[in-house]
Amino acid sequence: MKLMRLAALAAVLILSTSMVLAMGHGSYPDKPVNYIIPFGPGGESDITARHQQPFFKKMFNEDLVISYKPGGGGAVGWSQLNGMKGDGYTIMGINLPHIIVKPRQKDVGFATEDIAGVYMFHYTPDALVVTADSPFKTLQDVIDYAKENPGKLTLSGSGKGTANHLAQIRFDQMAGVKTTYVAFKGTGKAVTALLGSQVKAEWGYTSVGAKHEGKVRLLAVAMEKRHPKFPDVPTFKELGFDLVSGAYRGIAVPKSTPEPIRAKLSEQIAQINADPEFRRRMENDGMALLDVDYKDYKGFIDAQAKVYIEAATEAGVIR
Amino acid sequence: MPGIEYLLEALTLTNIMLALGGVIAGTIIGSLPGLTATMAVAVLVPITFSMPPASALILMGAIYTGAIYGGAYAAILLNTPGTPSAIATTFDGFPMAKRGDGDLAVTLACLASVTGGLVGAAFLLGLAPPLAEVALAFGPVEYFWLAIFGLTLISALSEGNLLKGLIGACFGLLLSSIGVAEISADVRFTFGSQVLLGGIETVSALIGLYCIPVLIDLVATPDRHLKVTHQPKGFRLLESLRISWKYKFNLIRSSVIGTLVGILPGAGGSIAGLVAYSEARRASKRTEHFGTGEPEGVQATESANNATVGGGFIPTLVLGIPGTPPDAVILGALLIQGVRTGPNLFTQEGSIVYTFIYGLFLATVLMLPTGLVIGRYAYKTIVTVPKAMLVPTVAFMTIIGTYSIRNSISDVIIMITLGVIGWVLNRMGYSPSPIVLGLILGRIAEQGFVQAWTIGAATEELFSMFFGRPISLAIIAFIGLSLFYPLIRARWIGRRRKVSAD
Repeated sequence: MKLMRLAALAAVLILSTSMVLAMGHGSYPDKPVNYIIPFGPGGESDITARHQQPFFKKMFNEDLVISYKPGGGGAVGWSQLNGMKGDGYTIMGINLPHIIVKPRQKDVGFATEDIAGVYMFHYTPDALVVTADSPFKTLQDVIDYAKENPGKLTLSGSGKGTANHLAQIRFDQMAGVKTTYVAFKGTGKAVTALLGSQVKAEWGYTSVGAKHEGKVRLLAVAMEKRHPKFPDVPTFKELGFDLVSGAYRGIAVPKSTPEPIRAKLSEQIAQINADPEFRRRMENDGMALLDVDYKDYKGFIDAQAKVYIEAATEAGVIR
Repeated sequence: MPGIEYLLEALTLTNIMLALGGVIAGTIIGSLPGLTATMAVAVLVPITFSMPPASALILMGAIYTGAIYGGAYAAILLNTPGTPSAIATTFDGFPMAKRGDGDLAVTLACLASVTGGLVGAAFLLGLAPPLAEVALAFGPVEYFWLAIFGLTLISALSEGNLLKGLIGACFGLLLSSIGVAEISADVRFTFGSQVLLGGIETVSALIGLYCIPVLIDLVATPDRHLKVTHQPKGFRLLESLRISWKYKFNLIRSSVIGTLVGILPGAGGSIAGLVAYSEARRASKRTEHFGTGEPEGVQATESANNATVGGGFIPTLVLGIPGTPPDAVILGALLIQGVRTGPNLFTQEGSIVYTFIYGLFLATVLMLPTGLVIGRYAYKTIVTVPKAMLVPTVAFMTIIGTYSIRNSISDVIIMITLGVIGWVLNRMGYSPSPIVLGLILGRIAEQGFVQAWTIGAATEELFSMFFGRPISLAIIAFIGLSLFYPLIRARWIGRRRKVSAD
């Protein structure tokens, strides 16, 4: 009896393994792909994934099923990623600077190098935001105020050791000023604090300018070139500060995922990124598109890590 | 009435069907511990892509409002708040069910939820733009004091057993600091374990602390789960209507409290229910009956938590700031549809906003018949199912529900552990509510305090930051009242007795 059962089990195992192999990569995807967001629903990571969802379905004829695994600022999801099935049907969103800064703060169950990223598809550039009725009209106004009142300029932002926080640290260094960063739980609460005049300015994102059009003013954006939605807002670069940063988002797979599937997935995300309608929707929400594919992923992360680690060490976020 | 011309637009057959289906689905989802309104709405988002914005909003709003009401079933019949909003519903709902009035409690909850939902929607319809400013007036320091105010409610809830209440609250506060800190990103009290990294998730703690002890007791004692003293009497609707009419001021007051707390993005349904409960208790002539199965208690929390639905939509639609977690999901769905929220939404896109608000009214009204029927079915099931089936079914649901919140097996382990701790503590006379209050309010208090302190220290006005802002001072006054009310009351009664004795 026992033997029979064992034999049956073995047969099922062999059959399923060979089926997985046979399915191979020729027709990937041929069933719905599970897309895990390591944050709660409603945040920007969720929203960008939702933007990709209909295009994936249209282009590859399979559903992209979004689910959430929030906790520990993303760490809960990323620490479990490599334990998941690596067949290309489980993929997970990844965020910078999170996957660089977190593992260096404390043991969070994963290292930056453990994460098999296949594509970085966009970033939400950092931006210095004030309310529409703020006395600060230009970036220079902010710098002047901060110089006259060291430490008294309060800026809200989302979290500690995050894109906003590191931008604040780097900018303070570049401009030679001292400001006070007040961390809030998420961009929504940081904007609320700005709109309610609890703080004088916010280290936010370009998307804040899109979402709260008319109520806020962007003083500068941390991009190479001006954002198409905000042609009147200068970049930090134009004003003499070499600050190009933001919250970068990409997609990773479990480490056991075969190379051909990784390459194929990278191609597919690139294809979605190239769609004019997708670009229009993303840019209209204030985001900026980015194309770092599978072969460039490692170089990109290494370059970013250098900058982030320096800023985070400076801030005492990493010891 | 503003935007009355859109009433007809809301009443198309499609929208009525969406509202009806949404309310039914929401009620059922909300009644299962662990399946929250946020998840219910998130699952729906892809379906709404293909709908016009107003219909999508109506569907999501209906699911949301249904789920908040559905949370009352588990609270009343199983002593388990299905959502944090229903915590205070257990205080009197479960004792009512225990003594055989579960059907009455469910019907009362339905009437209260409909009332609360309508009041919240009315505020949303008439006063949304000015009221949205309330969300902005609340800064970090106000949230800090509000959380402290919430903690003082423990003194009222654990009268006669204050020490145990305080110990429970401290335990809860300690639990709230486990995991990656929301603001400072420090990793605390994880003892190197991955299980604790994500912190103690509120809903799984609720399930563990409230439901597991009930399950253990069910197995350990031969009694029936709920007492059945009478033959089924139908909905007991007339009786409920009479009680609701008698305590109409309680319903209105609680609904207004719910709406106002709902507007505050950092507060949420749990605080709304608790504040409404304690105010109802204070205002009632039957204060001493609260906690033993007083209908007023059920009415207060259930009307308040459904009023947060309308209240939460106010900052969501006017400011683009989600009032509650489900609102964040709804806001995201709207963004993808290309709808920009803001004050202009009300003036320029009236066909979306007002159609939706009337749709919300419609869904709330539809909750009356559907809620009564589903509630009666839930009650009958829980009462008639034999214990041998009830316990494994509920136990299974608690595990599935806990897992589904964050797709996390760690949460299941934490839930069961807390359940066992909760059972032991129950036996020693500690109730779960102070622990849960500490867990929820600890985070809000800590964040508010750290932020307020940072801003105050930077601008060198620390004292006026904490004690110089009008809203803060008002909340501090409430804290004083809440802390010393039992003393004041005792003295007042003592003096009156003296006078009458003279």
